[in-house]
Amino acid sequence: MNLEIIGIIVLWTFLFGYIIVASIDFGAGFFNAYGIFTNKQHILTKIIQRYLSPVWEVTNVFLVFFFVGIVGFFPKTAYYYGTTLLVPVSIAVILLGIRGSYYAFETYGARSHKGYAFMYGLSGLLLPAALSIVLTISEGGFIFIENGNPVLDYMALFMSPLTWSIVVLSLSAVLYISAVFLTWYADKANDTPATELLRRYALIWALPTIITAGGIIYELRFHNADHYEKILSVWWMFLISALLFIGTVWLLWRRKNYGIAFSLLIGQFAFAFYGYGISHYPYLLYPHLTIYDSFTNEAMALSLIIAFIAGLALLIPSLFLLLKLFLFNKDYVRGNSEHKH
Amino acid sequence: MINEEAVYYSRILTETTLSFHIIYATLGVGVPLMIMIAHWVGIKKNDEHYILLARRWTRGFIITVAVGVVTGTAIGLQLSLLWPNFMELAGNVIALPLFMETFAFFFEAIFLGIYLYTWDRFENQRKHLLLLIPVAIGASFSAVFITIVNAFMNAPQGFDLINGELANVNPIMAMFNPAMPTKVSHVVGTAFMTSAFVLASIAAFRLLRGSNHIYHKKALLLTMKIGLIFSLTSLIVGDLSGKYLAEYQPEKLAAAEWHFETSESAELILLGFMNEDEEIKYAIKIPYALSILAHGSPTAEVIGLDQFAEEDIPPLYIHYLFNIMVVIGMMMIGVSLLFLIGKAKGWSIVESKPYRWLIVLGGPLAIIAIEAGWWLAEVGRQPWILRGIMRTAEGATTSNHVDLMLFLFCGLYLILGVGSVVVLVRMFRMNPVERELMDRKGEVHR
Repeated sequence: MNLEIIGIIVLWTFLFGYIIVASIDFGAGFFNAYGIFTNKQHILTKIIQRYLSPVWEVTNVFLVFFFVGIVGFFPKTAYYYGTTLLVPVSIAVILLGIRGSYYAFETYGARSHKGYAFMYGLSGLLLPAALSIVLTISEGGFIFIENGNPVLDYMALFMSPLTWSIVVLSLSAVLYISAVFLTWYADKANDTPATELLRRYALIWALPTIITAGGIIYELRFHNADHYEKILSVWWMFLISALLFIGTVWLLWRRKNYGIAFSLLIGQFAFAFYGYGISHYPYLLYPHLTIYDSFTNEAMALSLIIAFIAGLALLIPSLFLLLKLFLFNKDYVRGNSEHKH
Repeated sequence: MINEEAVYYSRILTETTLSFHIIYATLGVGVPLMIMIAHWVGIKKNDEHYILLARRWTRGFIITVAVGVVTGTAIGLQLSLLWPNFMELAGNVIALPLFMETFAFFFEAIFLGIYLYTWDRFENQRKHLLLLIPVAIGASFSAVFITIVNAFMNAPQGFDLINGELANVNPIMAMFNPAMPTKVSHVVGTAFMTSAFVLASIAAFRLLRGSNHIYHKKALLLTMKIGLIFSLTSLIVGDLSGKYLAEYQPEKLAAAEWHFETSESAELILLGFMNEDEEIKYAIKIPYALSILAHGSPTAEVIGLDQFAEEDIPPLYIHYLFNIMVVIGMMMIGVSLLFLIGKAKGWSIVESKPYRWLIVLGGPLAIIAIEAGWWLAEVGRQPWILRGIMRTAEGATTSNHVDLMLFLFCGLYLILGVGSVVVLVRMFRMNPVERELMDRKGEVHR
């Protein structure tokens, strides 16, 4: 296996990590706000806050890790994506800024305020939309070269059905992933009303998620035939993904083994995400940029991979400790331990 | 194709983001060390006050971390969004420390979360103290790595440019560039110094405003001690930085010192103003001082601006920034030294109102010095983005929307700035230390 492939696998894995943890975060913010406006706040807020508080900062690091890594391994992406993504990514950064800081202000500082909760929830919906634009653009057809510089065609982007399908998918997937996770978390906390409510949300959002996911593959046939062909060549990955989806929904429906349901969901998204990634190979930006012509020099690639391995040796035990202390600690999850700040 | 307007707005936006970010980032680097020291002193002296000090600092720290994280994410992305050509070129050589910075940050983020939520889970406070070590290390090392990236921009090395193509890249050489030792130690040292003086200024303010509690006095003494130590190291490293500049970036030193003609036994120009005809008024001139600063010898030759082409000279206003930084640094050494001597000798002046107000002023002044120092360092390498290799205009984006983004980001920073101050003030005003001590007493005798 060559260094280019290792590099992109590393980055793709971190992006996957971000998508899962950020979905839980974004969705939780939305459900929290929705709960406040439908007077179900007492059911959900405690569960959501207890999960989010120790991890909100870590969630953000996954994103930083991904974008620093991609510029490191593939410096040309800075040139193509940097120039064209100024507006959508800046908007995403501003939303992230408002979101992250208000979370801290709210949790550790001021009393809760309806308006903030609303903004927090709303930004959780706008963010996946702003970030998923990158995925749409990578399919090609929206960037053209003018005077030697890449320019983004906003008109084409906004008129494309592909754009909107990806936005809808990102939204419903966020809510679905988040609801399934929180169902499991609430169940561990022995919080029956929260479990029931979140289970209902999970079942509601399952359907649009799978329908749009299927629809996007169909639309790619017209937008990027090359990519569509390659997706068909790894059809089995998408089949496994679909079976895992059915497994999750079935378990939720039968009200049992929420932990297994969540791991099936991770598997479902992993197969779909890696299947999508493999079929996108070798393009980073169709058809301008492949992973081969944008790859950094060998010396840098090697040192990045060494740094990466050393860093992971430090991070994995630390992350494990974090999960053990909070996510898998019964007393903490149930709110039994003392917390004074 | 260079889009002049985009270059201009990209510079303004980067400057705004960084100027806002470094306030929170500096505290983010320094405060964990202060928390660790307070926690450690508390355990060692078995003094509840220091433990409470660590707790209260941590609580406020969370708010500054939050703003630091989101503005740090902003500048991280803006590097690629506003300077795509620069990142494409530099990414090949300098990605390693950038990547390592995110690891340090990751490490810090994980342990900060754990530290915060386990205050009462450990019987033994020593174990809890152990959690702070990775937080402080992560915080300091993210400063180290990101400063290495900046040092590279001032003294690029570790690659060959052959017909505009990069060759023979050596990432380690690029990291250990000549600017790195002085820059890293100055940045980390002044971050510790600034954090100590900011915390001292809070303690002094509480003492002035009603409370005369021993808790604040302990906090003040501790932070002034730490502040003095790090302001002295900053002074020494500052002197070494001058010698570095004389050797590797003489145009920056010459512009900062208004040293126009190459000469031996050069005098140092302190303060002063320059009119449009480049005449210097009201300046204090110290003979031989510039030669000593530059080369450690009173008669050494110092290169002046006459040796450089017009288009390679940085703006001359950086002289004022240099003065602001140095004067504040010197003043803080004086204030903290006098305070500690006065405390030891029992002089009443250091407990007088005016002196406490001076200490209160010290916190904001230290932050101003940080800002001035960064502007000096950054504007001083104009017109280059990579000194000697890429001009700033060549690195910028060609997008036409930078001005709009500038307004949006200014709005964000306004919200964050006001929000963080309001929350911090409210947090501590609603829960003064006297009340918290009473609450905790109840807890202890349970």
